[in-house]
Amino acid sequence: MTTPALNARRVAVLAGFSRGWIETRQNFTETVGIIVHVFPAAVGVILMLSLSRNILPGTHLSSAALLLPGFLCMAIVTGGLSTPSGGITSDREDGTLLRAKATPNGMLGYLIGKIVTCALTTLLGVAAILVPGMMIASGLNLGARTGVLLTLTFVVGMVSTVPIGVALGSILKSSSQIPLVPLVTTLLIVVSVFLPIALLPPWLQLFVQAFPVYWVGLGVRSAMFPMEMVAAELGKWGTVELFAVPAVWAAFGLLLAPILLRRMAQRQSGSELARMRNRTRSKR
Amino acid sequence: MASRSEIPAIALDVRDLRMRYGTRDVLAGVTFTAKRGEVLALLGPNGAGKTTAIEILEGFRMRSAGDVSVLGTDPARGNEAWRARVGVVLQSWLDHKYWRVRELLAYLGRFYAPYATAEIARPWDVDELLDLVGLSTSASAKIKTLSGGQRRRLDVAIGLVGRPEIVFFDEPTAGFDPHARRDFHDLVHRLSDFDNTTILMATHNLDEAEKVADRILVLDEGRLVADGSADQLARKLTTGAEVRWTSGGQRHVHAARGGDPTAFIRNLLVQNGDVTEIEVRRASLEETYMALVQRAESGQSRSGTTNGDTPKTLDVQA
Repeated sequence: MTTPALNARRVAVLAGFSRGWIETRQNFTETVGIIVHVFPAAVGVILMLSLSRNILPGTHLSSAALLLPGFLCMAIVTGGLSTPSGGITSDREDGTLLRAKATPNGMLGYLIGKIVTCALTTLLGVAAILVPGMMIASGLNLGARTGVLLTLTFVVGMVSTVPIGVALGSILKSSSQIPLVPLVTTLLIVVSVFLPIALLPPWLQLFVQAFPVYWVGLGVRSAMFPMEMVAAELGKWGTVELFAVPAVWAAFGLLLAPILLRRMAQRQSGSELARMRNRTRSKR
Repeated sequence: MASRSEIPAIALDVRDLRMRYGTRDVLAGVTFTAKRGEVLALLGPNGAGKTTAIEILEGFRMRSAGDVSVLGTDPARGNEAWRARVGVVLQSWLDHKYWRVRELLAYLGRFYAPYATAEIARPWDVDELLDLVGLSTSASAKIKTLSGGQRRRLDVAIGLVGRPEIVFFDEPTAGFDPHARRDFHDLVHRLSDFDNTTILMATHNLDEAEKVADRILVLDEGRLVADGSADQLARKLTTGAEVRWTSGGQRHVHAARGGDPTAFIRNLLVQNGDVTEIEVRRASLEETYMALVQRAESGQSRSGTTNGDTPKTLDVQA
């Protein structure tokens, strides 16, 4: 049994999938999109290429292999946090959200579209660094375990960051604040992924472990690194915690995001749009 | 699902609509109705409350008080099925700039398909719609490459893609050249004549209101100061008439209040034998409206105005 209302929602979900596909394509064909999504992967590949002959003393790992998990973690976390937060903030400012509101079930289509765009764009960003990385970096412990753990880490990473990204996008005041999210994310990634955690002072170790970024990084490392590298971790791979901390963030985000998004969307109107635009204009 | 025959003859029913921000009344008791297929222009200077009124009717803003019914539904409680019957064209939109014209219209049209009825095929055929608004040649253009006027045409097309039964336009022809403006007026006539679409258009352009609207509502400081056809408005709003004459070699001027200077002139002629060059001048609708706009822009409030040129008897419900 399908009621007319249910059928209309089904149509909106399907339209949302097309929307996600169209906007993903735009992310990789528009200049802005290429700079944001392709450039970091290119930089990562070049860095790994230049370090591929440099083998770490006492291991089989090349320096390139040491960098790969960091780049992968960066692709997942920025894809999950920055893409939705920046997207929602600018969609609010240019009227995309208001358009969705003026369309029957348009918000549903918009949200599905946003989720699909984030997932596809991030997945492509991860692939852009993973595929060349696996060919360049030597000494990695790759196998079936790698595939399973990487997939799990990707899903965990997305579920724990996208809702937070949506919530952040809903509370940012204007597009001039968009760079705040990648800035903070990058700082967090540098501290918690590119530096071995054993080197950090104890208080910073605790701080870093409170965010999903560290656990995504750990997940990627445990998927690719040989067992002897566990020495650089805090004694073990920590598989349980790997899911526990991100799960708390996911629950927090999933609880918060719909409330903040709804509150923000309710405020959208033509005059609100004009007000927001004037403020941005006067700041320039 | 409501079919066209179930739609009440009154498409828009607004009673004592009030909107208050803090202590400021943006809308101070607005009452009007619109029949199905009627074209209404909501005319008024900037800041008169036009956009606020329209946003309440669109369901994008909560009102402070009053009863509002759009197609038989309170917009504050309008569901998605109601939303599918309402078209919205806002003042300025910059969304979906990386999409292509046809792609966006087709995407948005999909949402309306489940709301098609026996009488109304939804959505509007995209190619037909593009042709109607004069965008056929830009169908595959990226939206960010459109000129201001083309972008506006697209906004109009998007507002119509679901074949709405009522459309709200907020300053639809801002940025249109005269040719595009006339195309738009033709489109409005077509919507109202062939599709029986009800249209409420906010504008500050009197000329436009006179050309397209069956009825003009003049909003000033949150109150409707006039409601009627352009002709009715001209008679009722422009109550001030100026009588000039020469007598004893001197030119005299008298501002006759109350709209009809006949009695004054009869008196004048009876009492004064050497009256020549008598001349009666009535302010045009345009002059009256300009005076209203000027006063609004100089920031004077109506209550504080003692200017004799401004008609005091503004309550002219037709």
